[in-house]
Amino acid sequence: MLNQIPEGVVWAILFLPFGSFAVISLAALLGLTRPSTGSGRAVWRARLSGYLTMAAIAASFLLSLWALDSVLQEDGARIGFDAHEWVVVGPLRVDIGVTVDGLAAIMLIVVTSVSLLVQFYSQGYMRGDPGYNRYYAFMSLFTGSMLGLVLASNILQLFVFWELVGLCSYLLIGFWFYRDSARRAATKAFVVTRIGDVGFLLAILLIWTRTDQLDIGQIQHLAATGMIGSSVITLFALGLFAGAAGKSAQFPLHVWLPDAMEGPTPVSALIHAATMVVAGVYLVARFFPVFIVSEEAINAVVVVGAITAIMAASLAIVATDIKRVMAYSTISQLGYMMMALGVGAIGAAIFHLFTHAFFKALLFLGAGSVNHATGTFDMRKMGGLARFMPMTFLTTTVAGLALVGVFPLAGFWSKDEILIEAWAEKPLIFWTALAGVFLTAVYVGRMLFLTFGGEYKGGEAPATGSPSPDSSGESAKRTGQASEQGAEAGQAKPHESPWVMLLPLVVLATLAATVGFVNITGGMSDILEGWLPEETHELVAAGEFVLWISVVSVAVGLAGLGLAWAIYSRKVIRAEEVSAALEPLQVLLDRKYYLDELYETVILKGVIMRGAAAALHAWDRYVIDGVVNGLASLMRLSSEKFRLAQAGQAQIYGAAIFIGVVAMIAGVLIANP
Amino acid sequence: MAIELEHYLALGALLFAIGLYMALAKRNFVGVLMGIELMFNAVNLTFIAFSRFVSPATDVTGHVFVVFVITVAAAEAAVALALAMLVYRNRETIDVDRMDLLKW
Repeated sequence: MLNQIPEGVVWAILFLPFGSFAVISLAALLGLTRPSTGSGRAVWRARLSGYLTMAAIAASFLLSLWALDSVLQEDGARIGFDAHEWVVVGPLRVDIGVTVDGLAAIMLIVVTSVSLLVQFYSQGYMRGDPGYNRYYAFMSLFTGSMLGLVLASNILQLFVFWELVGLCSYLLIGFWFYRDSARRAATKAFVVTRIGDVGFLLAILLIWTRTDQLDIGQIQHLAATGMIGSSVITLFALGLFAGAAGKSAQFPLHVWLPDAMEGPTPVSALIHAATMVVAGVYLVARFFPVFIVSEEAINAVVVVGAITAIMAASLAIVATDIKRVMAYSTISQLGYMMMALGVGAIGAAIFHLFTHAFFKALLFLGAGSVNHATGTFDMRKMGGLARFMPMTFLTTTVAGLALVGVFPLAGFWSKDEILIEAWAEKPLIFWTALAGVFLTAVYVGRMLFLTFGGEYKGGEAPATGSPSPDSSGESAKRTGQASEQGAEAGQAKPHESPWVMLLPLVVLATLAATVGFVNITGGMSDILEGWLPEETHELVAAGEFVLWISVVSVAVGLAGLGLAWAIYSRKVIRAEEVSAALEPLQVLLDRKYYLDELYETVILKGVIMRGAAAALHAWDRYVIDGVVNGLASLMRLSSEKFRLAQAGQAQIYGAAIFIGVVAMIAGVLIANP
Repeated sequence: MAIELEHYLALGALLFAIGLYMALAKRNFVGVLMGIELMFNAVNLTFIAFSRFVSPATDVTGHVFVVFVITVAAAEAAVALALAMLVYRNRETIDVDRMDLLKW
C-alpha cells in the first residue's frame, strides 16, 4: 500500500503522453526525424518515436496503478483535489482540476494498459510506414486526450479533451490521407460525432445558465439532492446523451464507426477498445447521478442501447470484411454498456467496458495479424489460417469466446452481470440482451470459422487481384510490402506474425481470459459505485447472482456458435439457402438498414442540399445580393439626376452658398429665438 | 438727426445686397469683380461702425481688420483681372455664363 497519490502525480499521468507528442512533433518540425542521407549520423534513431511513446504511456500506466491503489484505500470515493482557476470572465468562472475516484481510476488502467499494448504491437505493424513518426505523435496525443477526458473535474475541461479525442480520431482514421476512402471516412467520423457534440455543448450551456456551476462534482451533488428542476435535468441529460451517442456510435449516429476501419488496424483497436468510443459510455457513467434521477433520460439511454445492440449485431452477421464485423460488434457491445447504464447498473456497465477493452483490442490486433499474413480483410478470401498462424488463431479464439461470454472467460462475467441486473430491473431488456447474445455468438462463430477453418483461399494476390473496395489501400500496401520482402505473395503460404505483434496478443489473451475474476466478489462494482452521491445509492441496481441466467446465457451463446458451425464449417445448412429463404432480410442487412442511404440521399441531398442549402442560396442570391445591388442601382440612377446640378457655373454655386448660409442662420435663429 | 449705428449697419447691408446681386447676376466678369469689391467695402463699413460705436476707443481691432481687407482686396483684384485677361485671350469672351467647362 502506497501513500495517497499527490496531485502533481495525477497531472503527470495526463501530461506524459502529451510530452511525448510534443517531443516527437518538435523533432519532426526541426527535421530530425528524417532518415539521414550520406555520411551524417541519424540524430533520430529509426524507432525512437515508438520507444518514446511507449515509455511515456508505460510511465502513465504505473502512475495509474498508484492512483488505483489510492482509490482502493478510499473504497472508490473521490479523492478531493482543489481546482485551479483557469478563466474568469464576468460571472463565468472556469476551473481546471483533476478528479480521481473509482470510475476514473479504472478508466485510467484500461486506457493506459490497452494503449501500451497497442503501441507495442504497432512497432511491428507500422514498421517501414512513411508516416511512422506522425503515427506515434498522434497516438500519444490520442492517449493523452483520453486520459485528460477521464481525469477532468470540470465539464468544460472535459469538453475540451472530448473534442481533442474527436480530432485525434479524425487524424488517425485519415492517417493514410492519400486514399480517398480514408479521407471520406475521417470526415464522416468527424461530422457525425460533431452532430452529437452540439447536444453536449447545449447541455453545458443549459446547466451553466441554470445553476452557475461547471464543476462536475457540484453538478452531481445538485442533481442528486434535487436542487435542479426535473425538466432541466432531463434536457441536460439528453444533451449529454446526444454527445455520448455520437462518440460511442449509438443508433442513429453509429454510421461513422464501420467506416472508421480505414485507419491502420492498431488505431481501430485503440479507438474501439480504450479511447474514442468508450468516451461516450464514460460520459454517461460520469454523470450517472444526473441520469438516474430523470426517468425520461434513463429510459432514452436504455432504449437507444437496446436498439443499437440488436441492430449492430445483426449487421455483423452479414459483413464480409473482418474489421467491419468487429466494428459492428463494438457498436453492439457499446449498446450493451448503455443498456446496463440504463437499467441503473453502472458497475456492470463499466465492468463490461473493462473486459470488453481487452478482448476487443485483442480481436482487432488479431485481425491486423491476419491481414499482415494474407494481405486482405475480406473473410471470403481467408480460411484455414489456424494451421499457418497458430498463435493468432489461439488468441483470437480466446477473444471471440470471451466476446460470446463463454464461461470462464472475461466476457462471461461482465455480460452475465448485465443480464442479471436487467432481469431484476427491466425484464424486457433482459430478453433483448439475450437475443443479442445469440446474434453475437453467430457472428463470432462465422468470423472464426471463415477465417481460421476450412481451406486457405489464397488471400489477396498483389499483382492480379483487384483489391476489395473496403480496404483496398491498406491491403495493397501490405501485400506490396510483403512481396518486396519476398515472403509471401497471394498464392504463397501465409506465415505467423513477428514476435512484437504476437506478444501483445498473448498478453491480451491472458487478460481477456482472466480479468473477469476481479469482480467475482463484486469488489470492482463497489469501487465503481463508491463515488456516487449518497442520495442516489438506492437508485443503483444491485442484482444478486442468479444461476439460471448464467446457464441460459452460456447455453444461448453456445447455441449461436453451434449454428455458425453448422452453417460455415460443416455446411449442414447452406449459407446460400438461408439467405435465399430470408431474402428481404438479407437485402435489408446488406444495405445496413438503408441508414447510409437515408442519411446521404434523404437527409444530406434532400433535406440539407435541396432544402436548407437551396433556401440559403435563394436568401443569399435574392435578399443579400438584392440589397447590395439595389443600393448600387439606386446610387447610379440618382446620381444620373443629381449630377446635373453641377453646371460649372460659378454664379449658381455662389447662389447656392448664399441660400445655404441664409438657411443656416434662419435655422439657428429659429432654434435659439 | 444724429447718425447712429443702425444707419451705418443699414447702409452696409444695402451695399452688401447690391454687391451680392451683382456678383451673382452680372454676365460680365469685370462686373462680377466689381460686385465682389462692393461686398468687401460693405463689410469694411460694418467693421468700422461696430468699432466706433461698440468697442472702447482704445481698441483698434476693427480698424486693423479693415486695413487687412483692403490690402487683400487689392491683391485679389489684381489676380482676378489677370484671370479675366487670360480667359479673354483664350476664349475671346469674358461672359461668365460661358465659363462652364467644369460641369458634370
